[in-house]
Amino acid sequence: MSDQLLSLTGLTKAYPGVVANDDVTFAIGKGEVHALLGENGAGKSTLVKMIYGLVKPDSGSMTLNDQPYHPQEPRQARASGVAMVFQHFSLFDAMSVAENIALGMERPPAPRDLAHQIREVSQTYGLPLDPHKTVGGLSAGERQRVEIIRCLLQNPKLLIMDEPTSVLTPQEVEILFKTLRQLKSEGTSILYISHKLDEIRALCDTATILRLGKKVDTCTPAEKSARELAEMMVGTSFPSPQRQDRDLGQVLLSVSGLSVAATDAFGTALRDISFDIRAGEILGIGGVAGNGQDELLTALSGETRAPTGMIKIKGQDIGQWGPNARREVGLLCAPEERLGHAAAPNLSLTENAMMTGAARRGLVSGGLLNWSKARDFAQEIIASFDVRTPGSQNAARSLSGGNLQKFVIGREVLQNPDVLVVNQPTWGVDAAAAAAIRQALLDLANQGAAVIVISQDLDELIEISDRFGALNEGRIEKFVPMAGLSIDEIGLMMGGAGTDV
Amino acid sequence: MIRLEKRKQTSRFWTYVTPILAVVLTMIFGGVLFAILGKDPVLAIKTIFWDPVFGEFAFYYRPEVLKKAAPLILIAIGLSYGFKAGIWNIGAEGQYIIGAICAAGVALAFYPMEGRWFIFPLMIVAGVLGGMIWAMVPALLRVYFKTNEILVSLMLVYVADVLIKAFSIGLMRNPDGHGFPGSRNLNDYSSAANLELIAGTGLHWGVIAAMGVVVASYAILARHQFGFHVRLTGESPRAAGFAGVNANRLIMVCFLISGGLAGVAGMFEVSGPAAQILGSFPSAYGFTAIIVAFLGRLNPIGILLAGLLLALTYVGGGAAETAMNIPSATIQIFQGMLLFVLLSVDVLTNYRLRWAAKAGGV
Repeated sequence: MSDQLLSLTGLTKAYPGVVANDDVTFAIGKGEVHALLGENGAGKSTLVKMIYGLVKPDSGSMTLNDQPYHPQEPRQARASGVAMVFQHFSLFDAMSVAENIALGMERPPAPRDLAHQIREVSQTYGLPLDPHKTVGGLSAGERQRVEIIRCLLQNPKLLIMDEPTSVLTPQEVEILFKTLRQLKSEGTSILYISHKLDEIRALCDTATILRLGKKVDTCTPAEKSARELAEMMVGTSFPSPQRQDRDLGQVLLSVSGLSVAATDAFGTALRDISFDIRAGEILGIGGVAGNGQDELLTALSGETRAPTGMIKIKGQDIGQWGPNARREVGLLCAPEERLGHAAAPNLSLTENAMMTGAARRGLVSGGLLNWSKARDFAQEIIASFDVRTPGSQNAARSLSGGNLQKFVIGREVLQNPDVLVVNQPTWGVDAAAAAAIRQALLDLANQGAAVIVISQDLDELIEISDRFGALNEGRIEKFVPMAGLSIDEIGLMMGGAGTDV
Repeated sequence: MIRLEKRKQTSRFWTYVTPILAVVLTMIFGGVLFAILGKDPVLAIKTIFWDPVFGEFAFYYRPEVLKKAAPLILIAIGLSYGFKAGIWNIGAEGQYIIGAICAAGVALAFYPMEGRWFIFPLMIVAGVLGGMIWAMVPALLRVYFKTNEILVSLMLVYVADVLIKAFSIGLMRNPDGHGFPGSRNLNDYSSAANLELIAGTGLHWGVIAAMGVVVASYAILARHQFGFHVRLTGESPRAAGFAGVNANRLIMVCFLISGGLAGVAGMFEVSGPAAQILGSFPSAYGFTAIIVAFLGRLNPIGILLAGLLLALTYVGGGAAETAMNIPSATIQIFQGMLLFVLLSVDVLTNYRLRWAAKAGGV
């Protein structure tokens, strides 16, 4: 018997045109929290999917507890003691917590026993959760607890967590870490995927770093600085965003008492949001996912209309205007969902450049489209934002998340907006691309634009914004200067952990 | 075992090859069907697909193909806009019938007045408007009450079907027709007749309109903002909303286009090949056009070719029916099979087949 739980030897998986994993070898010890680090497209997901039985490796082998391990499907992986919490939850909004958990089990116990078990596990691990609550009404943090408890009920030996903290408040992150440390002390191994380097340094015993499908290093994260880890991931060094002092100009966008009803059953209504933003200012809006971020963006972009008098740009009432009319007066937006909202997945980059650039870049005249101008615009975005793609004729969905995000942000920035609203500008984007995007937002503010950054990444908001407000159930109570705000104060403003623990 | 793997990009190659593959496979399956019926499969396929164009009597069949292709192409082009945008007008058949009724109504109202210069254009207008009004019903219900446009447009086909039967024995019955059902023969009324422009070619105004619509549609889809918005909506409705497309207006416009073109197809049919309003008005063009639209990849040039092919199955099927005593339903089975096979092989444009060992693995 060794003290290794899972060891991977020479795992290789190739997809048409790309080798996702190339001869990856490492081992996860018993009771170890092992980080898997890498840029987007480095092969983290493929590797994890192989461990969880969703994808079969082309070659290489795995052993679990010194036994050969080659799961054909997730069910087999779960039976062997491997459980996974996905980044995107697979829960049914209209069903209760217990019903959702029962759906994920091979042989669910009787409902009453299950509710009892759920309570037991949730108490043992400090994860408060009511089994009879409807999932649709839960916060993102609570939804994650549903997924975690679903895994814990199987008594896993290895728990895989994919970007677990991206939807949590700082306080919720602390609770999660306590749970994970408790699991570790009980001998459960954890494979932890994240791009938040400080978390990895705080939590993980070992880190395996992947780059372009290959393992480049294994290290002890606590011994490295966040910057060293990031550079190992990227393979080169890159500059941190530089902020400089700016003078604020006139008020560009003024929102007063913005209230918009939710458009669907599980959406969030916006309630009485008010703020002014001046030229050269970056306004950071934090908050846990699902508290009205999407609704705020669509209300500003013009996809949902607001009652008159609530949104004014340079004094002009634009609440009833559609997206293109707003673009023409200089209000541009970049939504959170890259594929299917900010960009059309199957259309080429040229066509996606046409999507929002038509009016401001003169790509349309008299209803006729000027494709060669659109191609030039797409190529300009690709060149100035370092979008890695063979060319502007490629479909948006063929790009990695980070590259597409650079394209989406670049498309709006290059149209010289007066006001730019971005939602989750660096979500799921690797460190180098995130730094480039933040720098672009800072540069834009330096040039005298007003920038609104809606984000769940607090480090990002702290890094670039001048003022901070938190969305909580569609409300923003106050905006305060970012300078001097502590993480705890921010957490309380977000109102997440304070109320439901 | 065969596995499907999603492609990163839609395959251009398979986009163009699948319609051809579908036609070939349908011919093979059709051959099997004929063999089961006890007919010589090769001869049957030859009678349907080869003889009308290249055979001994091609001089008779070729104009027929053209006359049948014209309405199919007109309707299919109209449908292609909605289909691209994910708006499903299944009721082109009804809009086509109403277009015919309205056009015939104009002609019969003016009978026997001479004045082709205004009667014929007025019939075209009436046909377009008739189709549009019929198409507006599902469009408005969808926009204002969120009803399913597939069901509403389809059900309206049966209403139109009842109407044309009622008109042929009621309001529009030929007073000199000795009590037989059916309106006056519009081919005999020179102000309203849509006859061959050059005898023996099959070329009538409907054919010219179809060709014009193909060219115009090609230009709109490639160059005009409307075509781009249609495509964007079909690819990703949320992205289209973000780009400023008004979804409700797009639904209405798509229905207006498909209804108008189906209506005008009905006009050219009732004043030309069909010649009168009759309960058995040459039907199913509105349904067959759905096959034409998909077989033609919702692309105007593709629809042109697919329209000619489907017209060929009508003409060749009719020939095979008389020459080889094949049941008349066979050709409908054939057309249905074509759509079925096409949709099946369409998987290849977005997925690739991988041959994977079932057991063992790594």
